[in-house]
Amino acid sequence: MAITERDQLNYIATQAADARVNVELETEGMTINIGPQHPATHGTLRIVARLDGEQVISADPVMGYMHRGYEKLTEVRSYPQVTTLINRIDWVGSFANEVPFILAAEQLMDIEAPERARYIRTVLFELSRIANIILFLGDMAVQLGAITPAFFAFRDREFVLNQIEAVTGGRFHPNFDRIGGLKDDLPAGWIKETKQAMDKVRTFCDQMDDLVVGNEIFLQRCVGIGVIPPSVALEYGLSGANLRSSGVDWDLRRDENIGLAYDEIDWKVWTHDDGDSFARYWVRLQETREAANIVDQLLDNIPGGPIMAKVPRIIKVPEGEAYVRTENPLGEMGYYIVSRGDTGPFRVKIRSASFSNMSITSWILRGVYVPDIITILASMYFILGDLDR
Amino acid sequence: MSSAENETPQADGAEEAAAGAEEAEEVEEAPVDEAREALVERFRSEMGEGVIEHHIEVGRDTWVRVENGSWRHAAEVAKGAMGMDYFDFLSAMDWMESPYGRSEDSSVDLALGRAEAAEVSDEIVTGYAGGDSRFQVFARLSNLVNHTSLTLKVDLPDLTVASWVEVFAGAAWHEREAWEMFGLNFEGHPSLRALYLPTDFEGHPLRKDFPLLARHVKPWPGIVDVEPMPGEDEPKEEATAEAGA
Repeated sequence: MAITERDQLNYIATQAADARVNVELETEGMTINIGPQHPATHGTLRIVARLDGEQVISADPVMGYMHRGYEKLTEVRSYPQVTTLINRIDWVGSFANEVPFILAAEQLMDIEAPERARYIRTVLFELSRIANIILFLGDMAVQLGAITPAFFAFRDREFVLNQIEAVTGGRFHPNFDRIGGLKDDLPAGWIKETKQAMDKVRTFCDQMDDLVVGNEIFLQRCVGIGVIPPSVALEYGLSGANLRSSGVDWDLRRDENIGLAYDEIDWKVWTHDDGDSFARYWVRLQETREAANIVDQLLDNIPGGPIMAKVPRIIKVPEGEAYVRTENPLGEMGYYIVSRGDTGPFRVKIRSASFSNMSITSWILRGVYVPDIITILASMYFILGDLDR
Repeated sequence: MSSAENETPQADGAEEAAAGAEEAEEVEEAPVDEAREALVERFRSEMGEGVIEHHIEVGRDTWVRVENGSWRHAAEVAKGAMGMDYFDFLSAMDWMESPYGRSEDSSVDLALGRAEAAEVSDEIVTGYAGGDSRFQVFARLSNLVNHTSLTLKVDLPDLTVASWVEVFAGAAWHEREAWEMFGLNFEGHPSLRALYLPTDFEGHPLRKDFPLLARHVKPWPGIVDVEPMPGEDEPKEEATAEAGA
């Protein structure tokens, strides 16, 4: 119900903005460039906004400053080399980028990773999610002028990154997933340390609950701002928390689980019906807690055994096409691999979450006020590398 | 000793793959994916004439190729009658073999026998659900209620196809990307302009005949560090030499 009211208001505001320029005030529209180098733009994204007073008439994102042409580069790499590239797509949750690609290659090769590798993959996948979303939880508050949550975020994210580093050797670019399993097993004492880190994550979430979610300024700036109705969200291919905060109960971890261990544990998909900036923050906060619970459960049930299936030394993927998508920290990430039986892919289409999430920018920024541009974009949460690829 | 061991799994793998492919064609009738067959059947009946070919990977995925003229109708049918209202992605494909091979012509690559693979044929070989033209546009839609997905493909003999923007607003960026990367035209798109590339960029980078300049300026060193598989510990130089032999 809340959605329809806000939707109506939003629509009226948009109409009013259009009408005013043409008839009422005859103010001259102003075009401003936000970015590409501006602290509020999360990297090098430029937004060309046409304004009428304080209101946005049209906003057009200009991107490509970070475009590295990964789709082209994959065509001259062998399959194991590709993971090095795709690590750098969403650089805050790197390990999660590797997983769908490896799963797609495994699907084409008809290989299944051993049970233990599946569990460790899922654990690392969730750790990347936590490392990624913690940053959002702190950063969103920075966009509203609160600095403290960001310090908390960077402090507590370190515990998670340390755990990722302890296994993979890399804080940001693990390059750890292999076709058929994982590079290495867990180091000694890691499970216990990770559980301690998860406790710290939960404490962080409680702090964010106190500091941010209950904050009056935060509520004023976020509740009812940037509402995305579910039908629009689907049409633009929004995914992840952005989709779930519009009331669409869709999580690839639960609904299209391929090759990860989510079926074997007990967890919950969080949704919110409002579809506004607040809902997007709230859903991500709950998801971080849930991810910590998932990690704990997986660590309790981790089976023994090998971490690598039998894979030929030189990997040739049989001819075929496969699309595998997973629920990455930013949303749905998928790789459409076309193989011709060679050592490298013939074509890889990278479906990144931020690209689809941000394609709604022009729609959602129409009719909002200038300060809301910042909070709405922050709440959509995109990583430039994931947007530009 | 290790030479024999090294070659056997590879040879086995190749044989198995070949055998698997043959078997798959013969046994295809036996493991029928009823849900996906029904999905395609439903789509065909809703579409009428427009469907050319389909392909089902049992238990995995469904591909349907439609006629160029029915491309937008296919989106409408999928969104409306099939309930596939989740727009996943849209992209394009250049099926031509790259005239530059895979740019693997360093000494290490040549030792591995990669050069043979670089021999280019003019023949256009298309993937699942077939195809008649060098360029294809493909898109994926999902039904989030009954968890079905469909990959739609369309041939572009004259590099033009109808835009999906009116059906799925989210297709706008995806089509802009395909337009600049492959040089394909989407009829009815409100503003086909560069998305990633500078406005004065010449050429279409994802076409196979667009050279990857980085590789021409500085040749790829080839595989210089073959990482041993866990559990194997032969030195890497030996392994590379054997694989080349």
